[in-house]
Amino acid sequence: MKHIFQLLIILLVSFLGELLAALIPIPVPGSIYGMLLMLLGLCTKIIPLESVRETAKFLVAVMPIMFIAPAVGLLDKWTQMRAMLVPLIVITVVSTFVVMGVSGLLTQAVIRHDGRAKK
Amino acid sequence: MRAILTDSAYFGVVISLLAYYIGTVLKKKLKWALMNPLLISVILVIGALLLLGIDYEAYNASAKYITYFLTPATVCLAVPLYEQLTLLKKHFKAVMLGILSGVLASLGCILLLALLFHMDHAGYVTLLPKSITTAIGLGMSESMGGIPAITAAAIIITGILGNIIAEGFLKLLHVTEPVARGVAIGTASHAIGTSRAMELGEAEGAISSLSIAVAGLMTVVFVQLFGGLI
Repeated sequence: MKHIFQLLIILLVSFLGELLAALIPIPVPGSIYGMLLMLLGLCTKIIPLESVRETAKFLVAVMPIMFIAPAVGLLDKWTQMRAMLVPLIVITVVSTFVVMGVSGLLTQAVIRHDGRAKK
Repeated sequence: MRAILTDSAYFGVVISLLAYYIGTVLKKKLKWALMNPLLISVILVIGALLLLGIDYEAYNASAKYITYFLTPATVCLAVPLYEQLTLLKKHFKAVMLGILSGVLASLGCILLLALLFHMDHAGYVTLLPKSITTAIGLGMSESMGGIPAITAAAIIITGILGNIIAEGFLKLLHVTEPVARGVAIGTASHAIGTSRAMELGEAEGAISSLSIAVAGLMTVVFVQLFGGLI
């Protein structure tokens, strides 16, 4: 019963997120609204942590398998991708390294700077 | 015989789970960075489909039942984030600045490379939203005149690449603060990267989850600025 109730809350919040996505005319998906709603619910204690924790942890832990099917779908996009394959791959790969490096290094620098300032 | 495979509601799910399981076993046995369970499972499933002559549509008619849980799972990312809320509050400024720097680096880098490749507007805006979560990226690409199918491909390649390189690349750069690692992974490679961040640590996973949402929202704003440059 516990898991059914937890799943009910999670799916209900997902549904509310989709509702918001349909109502607000900017390209933000229901899953993002749902995440923010869930966070809001937890912070205000409207959704007690224990009422979703176990099932939520399970879904988060198995999340990687949810990307297999969309990734295999690249197979179907192959003809379209081939037309711009070189820039597609180069830009995708280079920018991923750049973004990860820049944001990681900057965040760490600010954390360490603030840490030192406090001392 | 083939009809059983293509008509079954379980075949696509079973082959996906089996491929992922093989991926985790190989990772444990071989311990290379390239032995990424997600990458291995995608390669194995593509190989199996080609070998058996099953098209993607038939596979996905079954495998879509796994993908169905993607929205609820994304919603659930709020739970580890809530558990790490004090950490986020403590480093709020660093996290926001870090995500902002990543979003601007992404857009700037794509602009520069697109100019280098002499890309047209359609090609440029197709790739512009590549670091953010699929649903935001697709809507953005479409509204600016890009090709959403290719945007989806770029987003998935970005995610898998981020998932593979996260641990090693950040170690190479001496980024060791869990909060900084979380920002880097979530900003660069959205939910697919975040699923790896979750395995690296609670703090990494939580901050990475937040970064997906914040980077997505910031990108919505800044793309208005960058979209017209080519």
